[in-house]
Formats: sequence, C-alpha cells, structure tokens
Amino acid sequence: MFNRRSMLMCAAVSALLVAAPALAQDLSKLARVKVDLVAPPFIHPHEQATKAAPRIVEFKMNIEEKEITIDGDGTKIHAMTFNGSVPGPMMVVHENDYVELTLVNPDTNSMAHNIDFHAATGALGGGELTLINPGEQVVLRFKATRPGVFVYHCAPGGPMIPWHVVSGMSGAIMVLPRDGLKDETGKPLHYDKAYYVGENDFYVPKDENGKFKHYDSGGESYPETVEVMRKLIPTHVVFNGAVGALTGKNALQASVGERVLVVHSQANRDSRPHLIGGHGDYVWETGKFANPPQKDLETWFIRGGSAGAALYTFREPGIYAYVTHNLIEAVELGGTAHFKVDGKWNDDLMKQIRPPEPIGAGDKLGSIAPHTGHAR
Amino acid sequence: MIAALLHSKTAFLKIGFAFAVPLAVAGTPLPSQRASEVREIANETVRVPPTVFSYRAAGEFNRERVAVSAPLLQLRRDAPVVIMKSQVTEAAFEECVRDGACRALARPSLGRPDVPVSGVSWEDATAYARWLSSRTGEIWRLPTDEEWVFAAGSRVKDEAVETDSDDFSQRWLAKYDRESARDRTADRRTRRIGSFGANEHGLLDIAGNVWEWTDSCFVRQSLDAADRAVGEPTTNCGVRVVEGAHRTYATSFLRDARAGGCSVGAPPDNLGFRLVRDEGSWLGRFIVSLKRLKPIG
Repeated sequence: MFNRRSMLMCAAVSALLVAAPALAQDLSKLARVKVDLVAPPFIHPHEQATKAAPRIVEFKMNIEEKEITIDGDGTKIHAMTFNGSVPGPMMVVHENDYVELTLVNPDTNSMAHNIDFHAATGALGGGELTLINPGEQVVLRFKATRPGVFVYHCAPGGPMIPWHVVSGMSGAIMVLPRDGLKDETGKPLHYDKAYYVGENDFYVPKDENGKFKHYDSGGESYPETVEVMRKLIPTHVVFNGAVGALTGKNALQASVGERVLVVHSQANRDSRPHLIGGHGDYVWETGKFANPPQKDLETWFIRGGSAGAALYTFREPGIYAYVTHNLIEAVELGGTAHFKVDGKWNDDLMKQIRPPEPIGAGDKLGSIAPHTGHAR
Repeated sequence: MIAALLHSKTAFLKIGFAFAVPLAVAGTPLPSQRASEVREIANETVRVPPTVFSYRAAGEFNRERVAVSAPLLQLRRDAPVVIMKSQVTEAAFEECVRDGACRALARPSLGRPDVPVSGVSWEDATAYARWLSSRTGEIWRLPTDEEWVFAAGSRVKDEAVETDSDDFSQRWLAKYDRESARDRTADRRTRRIGSFGANEHGLLDIAGNVWEWTDSCFVRQSLDAADRAVGEPTTNCGVRVVEGAHRTYATSFLRDARAGGCSVGAPPDNLGFRLVRDEGSWLGRFIVSLKRLKPIG
C-alpha cells in the first residue's frame, strides 16, 4: 500500500507560497454573520431577499473521512465528506456577500483535502489556497459576485480529484440576488420551502461473485475503484448519499399549494431531474439567477459540474417521484427521491373516471371492437 | 359474498383427503441438528387440519369504482393442507438443476442441505414441483395463497389500509406510510432452516427472510355496495402472489423482488418456496405415475 499522506504533502506546501492577499478592500467595517450549516436535504435558515448591506458570512466545515452505507444491501464505501454528510451542506448567501469559510482537516483523517468553489473567482476556485493536511485548518474568503446555485468540491490535485469527488466530496452554495428570485418579467418569486438534492455517482468494485467489495481503508480501495471509474459506468447513482436516502420515512414533505424550490447538484456527471406527476414551474436549468427562468419544464438538464434550481407549486396530494430521467439510473442505480404531499385531491386536474375493469365493461353499447385494419 | 368471490382462477382448489396419513410431529422448535437430520426435515411435511380461518383476499378491489381494502373473509376448509415443513433447500434445488429439470441459479448456491434456496422465480419453483412430482410419483405443487395463509396461521400479518376518506390520495399516502414503516432486515443472507422458529402447526421459518411463491395469480375484482363481486375478475397470471413477512405481488420470472420507482419500504429479502402435496385425486396420481413410467418405456 502506498503512503497517502506523503504523496499528497508536496501539493500542500506549494499552496503556502501563494497565500498572500492582494488588493483587498477594507472589510473591517462590514457586518459579520455566522451561519450554522445543516445536513442535506435541508438548508439552513436564510432570507430570500435582504435589505442588509453586503456582509461577511462565516461558515465552518469539518472534513470527515468515514465509512458510509450507500444502499439497502449494506454496501459500504470509505467516504470523504464536507461536514460529515454526502453531499456536503448547502450554503446560502446573497450576491456581493463575502463567504468566509474555515475548513478543518482533523488529524483523525488520513488525506489532504481542499475546496474548489465554482461560485468563486481565481485560484482554482479557492482550491489552490485551501489544501490542508490532517491536523490543519485554513480560512478562505471569497466574494460571491454571481447570483446562482453553484457546486463546490474537493480537488486536491491529479488523480485525487475525481476520486475525492466520487467518494462524496461535493456540495452546493446558493448565492441569491439581494432582492430575491424573479420571474422572466422581473416579478418577485418566493418559495415556502427549499430542499437541496445532491446527486452522487459511486464506483464500487465487485468480487468474482458479483458482490460489492469491502475494503479496510480508502487507500486500499483506491486502485480497484479507479479501474471501475475509468470505465465511466457508475454502480450507484444516488440522491443524498445513498439509495433510498430520500424515500419512505425520509421522503421530502410538502403540501398542496406550497411553493417548493429544489436545488439539484451533480459535481461529476450529467443528470436530468424530472418530477413524476409534476413539473418545473420556473427552472434555472443552468442555475444562474441573472438569467430568466424557463417555464413549465418536464425535465431539466444538470450538466456535470453544475447545479440547477426548480420552483414548483404542488397542486395535487399524493406521492411524487423525483428522479433522474434515465430510468435505469433512477430505478436500478438509485437516482430516486419521493415527495409526500398532503392536501385535497382536485378532480378538475385529474380523475379516474372508471377504475381498471375488463375491456368493454364500461361501454353501454357493448364491447369495443379492437382496431385491426391498417389505414392506407 | 364468499361464493361471489370464488371465481378467481386459483382460489379454493378442492383438496380431498381420501388417504389418511399419520400427522407429522408439529409445533416443536427445532434443536440444532446434524446435516442428515436436516435432510430429513427438508423432506418432512406437516398436515394442517381443517378449520375456519380468516383470509384477506389477495389482489385489488374496487367498490363502486373506488379502490378499497380487499374483503376479509372467513373461510372454512374441509380438507387438511399437507405442506413442506421447511422451505426447499439449496441442496434439493441443486439436485433438480443437476437433473436438467431446473434452470441453474443466477448466483450458484453453495448447495447447502440446511439452508433454503433463494433467488428463484415462480417458473423455477414450478419446474421444481414438476420434477419432484415425477420423481416421487406424488403430486407436488405450489400452495395457493389461501392454502399458504391457512398453513401460516398466526404468522400472517393483515396489513390492510383502512381510510374513511373517499379521496383516493389519502389511501395512497396511507399505503405509502405503511410500506415505509417496514424496516429492511439488516442481514439479508439466508440462514439455516429453523432459524426463524416454528409456527403453531410446526411449519418452520414462516415470515422469516425468505419469501415464498404461491400459485395464485394477481386478481382485480369490482364489488358492489354490499361487497358482492360484480362481473368477472381480471386475472393476470404473469404476476403471482408472494407471501412472507408481508404479502406482495411479483412478476413470475423475477428471481429478485426489488423496490424502486415509486415503491418504497422493504421488498422481499429473498425469494424461495415450499410445496404442498396434493392428495386429492387418485386419477391425478395415476397420471403422474404414467408420466413417470414414460421415459422408461
């Protein structure tokens, strides 16, 4: 087995040399606010529009390497996590706020990690300034100049980059316009509830009997995992870190009439969210709020390495499956979440006029003859 | 009302019992045993004596065009059910495979004589029953769902969802909650026969972690306000009733019943089966014995 720590150390040293700020504004007069992150699919409390002046928003994330179970069969991987969850927590700020992140790599970990914010400008999204070894911490500040939802992920250099990402190290940040979301005419849009659905693709090697292998450490899993990764066919495509993590007892909740914002991120691979039985009323498919939202979408496309947002008002009660509409991935590999929606059924939108019954049973004139001929 | 429901294809197969056979010892928990004893248990049957039992009909029901819980019937059996004490084992199934009468399992089993076979479809189970019948000259077949419930006795859980709302979505959500409440077994691996104990009739491992195929087809029936069947049922024999810790329905060629899509909760951990021995007709047995002779003659 190779020594992971020594292999990754050199990159961390080079990072120190460039860590001197230039042209910084005097930010000492800005208000500071501290945010406690919550684990997905939930999002920490936040204002949708704010009257406050741009401020410094402080976050702290602990990197945690740990084993997680990713399906109902008990398949385990040695995950790498931002703040203990896969995906990492959603961060919310407003346009022109300063994000100030304290990133901690406890000495219980075995690898160097960093963070690359797609919302940030320069230094590989902050990745070049944040590479830390076990036992270190770093503080990064960046200005959130572009409104939208953006992926963040670990990118510690070379072959470590994709491996860390497909081991769970990605999350998302939402930079809201200061005056909130707007429709295509500039009219304000509000949500009653917001969920963050982070999608991950996992590549777990199998043994000669086709069973998923278990390894004693992440390092031991690495060579065979890379073999699977290079074939580009994931063994698992999951929402919120595991097959079924957002179904059953953990299904997302909503009520008829509620406006729900769903942020969907995929750091590594394309995805196509679809709400079975519903729509996207307003969809920022590329996730960037300076662009007008698209309306009435059936399915939207999340490019690998990006996040998108969809706003929907539930109109009927019942179960909705929120899937990636490659249904093989949704059903066989795990890419399914459920919304459990309460409320009163609206017959105007849909009604079962007759239940399933033998063919012709509801036809007063007798059974309907099947079409046989071909029109020419 | 019961009579009106009788036209499901698999319901209420008449089982006569012209030949009295001594009762198998039943109801005792299984001590740890040697493989040879296990092999004997694997061949043992239990005779469940006739009685009245309550039966939640399998399938889907509409009352006046609204989906409702299946009727809860009080059924009277006037014949015993002679059923395998344990589920068919890996070793027994492998024998059928070796004889060329059963399709090999997707994942080769270890051929253990004391562990139930799993990963079998309804087609596999039926092929095994045919093979065993021709080998023994007896009539072996999958139980109907009624027979299974009857033999399973107190291990049957009635999971009907009752709602008084005529809003179909309320029933849908209640069903979803019920399914969500099922905890998935942490360890799905099949265990030694007897690991899940015996029921009051002495049947082993009923409602353990191996679900059992029945011969009953999926049925949909309309009812009137008084719960009488209206019209013919729709019967789909491409989907069979599967019994165990909860009842489910599965496509007959599936060997692994998984959840997914809009379904939730714990799907059957494993699919296996046990058979009943039909003592019904001397004619049937005669036909089986003829079939048995055919390859020789």
